[in-house]
Amino acid sequence: MFKIVKREALVASSVILHEIHAPRVARKAKPGQFLILKATETGERIPLTMADTDAEAGTVTVIFMVVGKSTALFASLKEGDAYADLIGPLGRATDIEKAGHVVCIGGGTGIAVLHPIARAMKQAGNRLTTILGARSADFMILKERMADLADTFLPMSDDGSVGKKGFVTDALKEVLEQDKPDMVVAIGPVPMMKAVSEMTRPYGIHTLVSLNPIMIDGTGMCGGCRVSVGDKVKFACVDGPEFDGHAVDFDGLSQRLNAYREEERTAMEDHKCRMEMAP
Amino acid sequence: MQEKDKKKKDRLPMPEQAADVRRHNFLEVPLGYTEEMAREEASRCIQCKNPQCVQGCPVAVPIPEFIKAIAEDRFAEGIRIIWEKNALPAVCGRVCPQESQCEGLCILAKKGSPVAIGNLERFLADWERHNGDGSLPEKAASTGKKVAVVGSGPAGLTVAGDLVLKGHDVTLFEAFHKPGGVLIYGIPEFRLPKAIVESEVQTLEKLGVNLVCNTVVGRAVDVKELFEEGFDAVFVGVGAGLPSFMNIPGENLIGVYSANEYLTRANLMKAYDPAYDTPMVVGRNVVVVGGGNVAMDAARTALRMGAESVKIVYRRSREEMPARLEESHHAEEEGVEFMLLTNPLRFEGDEKGKLKTVTCKRMELGEPDASGRRRPVPVAGSDFTMDCDLAIIAVGSGANPLLTSSEPDIRLNRWGNIDADAENGKTTMRGVWAGGDIVTGAATVILAMGAGRKAADSMHDYLMRGW
Ligand SMILES: Cc1cc2nc3c(=O)[nH]c(=O)nc-3n(C[C@H](O)[C@H](O)[C@H](O)COP(=O)(O)OP(=O)(O)OC[C@H]3O[C@@H](n4cnc5c(N)ncnc54)[C@H](O)[C@@H]3O)c2cc1C
Ligand SMILES: Cc1cc2nc3c(=O)[nH]c(=O)nc-3n(C[C@H](O)[C@H](O)[C@H](O)COP(=O)(O)OP(=O)(O)OC[C@H]3O[C@@H](n4cnc5c(N)ncnc54)[C@H](O)[C@@H]3O)c2cc1C
Ligand code: SF4
Ligand code: SF4
Ligand code: FES
Repeated sequence: MFKIVKREALVASSVILHEIHAPRVARKAKPGQFLILKATETGERIPLTMADTDAEAGTVTVIFMVVGKSTALFASLKEGDAYADLIGPLGRATDIEKAGHVVCIGGGTGIAVLHPIARAMKQAGNRLTTILGARSADFMILKERMADLADTFLPMSDDGSVGKKGFVTDALKEVLEQDKPDMVVAIGPVPMMKAVSEMTRPYGIHTLVSLNPIMIDGTGMCGGCRVSVGDKVKFACVDGPEFDGHAVDFDGLSQRLNAYREEERTAMEDHKCRMEMAP
Repeated sequence: MQEKDKKKKDRLPMPEQAADVRRHNFLEVPLGYTEEMAREEASRCIQCKNPQCVQGCPVAVPIPEFIKAIAEDRFAEGIRIIWEKNALPAVCGRVCPQESQCEGLCILAKKGSPVAIGNLERFLADWERHNGDGSLPEKAASTGKKVAVVGSGPAGLTVAGDLVLKGHDVTLFEAFHKPGGVLIYGIPEFRLPKAIVESEVQTLEKLGVNLVCNTVVGRAVDVKELFEEGFDAVFVGVGAGLPSFMNIPGENLIGVYSANEYLTRANLMKAYDPAYDTPMVVGRNVVVVGGGNVAMDAARTALRMGAESVKIVYRRSREEMPARLEESHHAEEEGVEFMLLTNPLRFEGDEKGKLKTVTCKRMELGEPDASGRRRPVPVAGSDFTMDCDLAIIAVGSGANPLLTSSEPDIRLNRWGNIDADAENGKTTMRGVWAGGDIVTGAATVILAMGAGRKAADSMHDYLMRGW
């Protein structure tokens, strides 16, 4: 069992932080790697990236958005509760290099995934421009931490309640024109990563994206997480999760992410019913 | 009179669930012999002086001896005779390809009706599980040596069991949340009840094996680090866990699964049980590509999940099908359709990326190829398309590079399998042994166990005397 030592709701009931006791994983994990978590014997195996690790305390931190039955179940776990299973670190670590000017772009809970990578990029001696996007101020997680790490910090929101009104791509456009980056890291919803990759392509700027296909084992055994990258089929759990944004087939990825939409909707409705019926 | 004689000579069939009943449930298909049936079948063995059956068994189970024990009602003794050579008889009795091993060489096979060695082996193991006194085998005094076993399939389980009995301190690492390897995530409940594997693992734990699940060696800890943590020897039995695809158009459509994914969702993650959250495409018209045990398991699982039609598409003819006879026979009885000499060319989907149809080509058999099997060659102009909303690819498994790529001292062959000494399982890295599918490529349970036993003997020798 893997005990939750700290729980925090970063956005009321929709974005949750769990700090979990897992010393072996905490010692070994590197930025960009992820975990697979399972709350109960009968639960699904859900991949989540480590937003932070503390080798000394022996803990790992995940930040997740509640989107379906399993993440709702995770969100219901309190401090002192435990996950039945935790597997990690999985996936390849980010290749951290000194590229010069690095632009880190995060959208939604992608910001949590971006956080350790941005920190490592900064530590490697890069000049960091960070662009964050969220629906509104309430949804911009880790804002202070990300602002502290950045040399230039450009928050964007749909309603203008934090930073400028607009999308991350609006901010990126200006950066591309005025202060050409040497590298871009973009992590967030698939349409966002796709749009960013399309924008940097004409400039030939190396653009790293982090993919989140549906996974089971996370060890390259099932092939469920396969994505087309260039003309090759890759397994995101072992060959990724980060890939060259200019080579990824984002449309294929979006389709595969919807594979269980109907099943998941029924599961979520059942789950809500039961939650509402509970005393 | 003659009728009676003939009856006496024929092998006693195993009672089974009726095909039209079992295709709707996940309960085990063969029901097992009663004590009386076991004694009757055992009495057919003529106790050969030079038993060929034993030659056919990769681990040389003393077959006539244990069969004699059954015939003479000495069940508790019989199972102990098997254990000397085979630690997992409840599993092997069920899944060994007996027709090409022990039973294939039985002297009575010449007359078409070999002794049902597998059924009898299974009988004793089940008898022990239900009636045994639960006493554990004798354990040697502690040697103070620490052994890490990576992977809990039949190879790893055998090594762990053998070495813990020899007095070593054994830790078994498993990547998944449950131990058992293919026995748990691959072979379905209706063929190998999971309770059997669980009880074998519990025995190991009672003997003192320290089981550590959820640990991917090569990621959570490297082989080198295991030595730094104080382990004196390491066994690698990580199996053949890399799914092969066909690399034809449409393979990434929703509804196309590797057999590994499909069976893992069904077995390990129990998609068939409403209590579990695992989602799965159910499939009305299912096509399974391949002709081995894996293909049969996937096809029969799809039937039980509620498919209307399930077709096995295999590019060679029935003769070349590598599945156990019993499996293809059971599949056919349950209503799985065999489309032999047929090969898929592409999958087609709708605008949402969901699989809708598959287009195949007919094949005919040409000249024998390197494997000695006649090579299938396409028949010109024979393309045809059929409805298909679930396709399962069961065309083989390669070596998973996750662990081996993290440890350059372990030499691989050109297929990515570990280069290990066939006699003792030693790898090119000092203190590291390997066995099972990661060495041989996808093979059988009994071969993985046999490799485990050889490695365990060699590891014991090393721990007591040196490399
Ligand atoms: C390597 C990796 C790292 C990830 N890191 C994070 C993270 O740090 N924080 C975070 O909030 N999420 C992360 N995700 C996504 C997270 O795993 C999914 O949100 C989660 O599996 C949804 O489970 P659910 O049962 O709650 O929702 P479901 O009921 O499974 O699905 C709800 C909806 O989400 C879609 N969906 C299903 N699976 C996924 C998936 N794997 N990714 C995206 N959408 C999915 C479904 O199509 C459905 O429409 C990561 C995914 C991967 C593969
Ligand atoms: C569907 C199916 C049906 C089959 N039917 C039959 C049959 O009827 N008869 C027969 O004889 N054979 C059958 N086989 C083949 C047989 O199951 C295998 O040959 C046998 O299980 C191989 O044993 P193993 O111990 O080498 O590996 P496996 O059983 O594959 O076990 C390997 C274990 O190692 C774990 N692992 C992998 N990587 C790591 C890592 N890095 N760190 C930690 N753990 C790791 C895996 O999760 C797994 O649990 C079948 C196989 C399949 C897939
Ligand atoms: S282990 Fe397998 S091959 Fe050997 S006797 Fe038993 S069933 Fe036959
Ligand atoms: S070959 Fe057949 S008859 Fe002879 S000992 Fe073996 S099982 Fe008995
Ligand atoms: S999750 Fe199974 S291969 Fe990637």
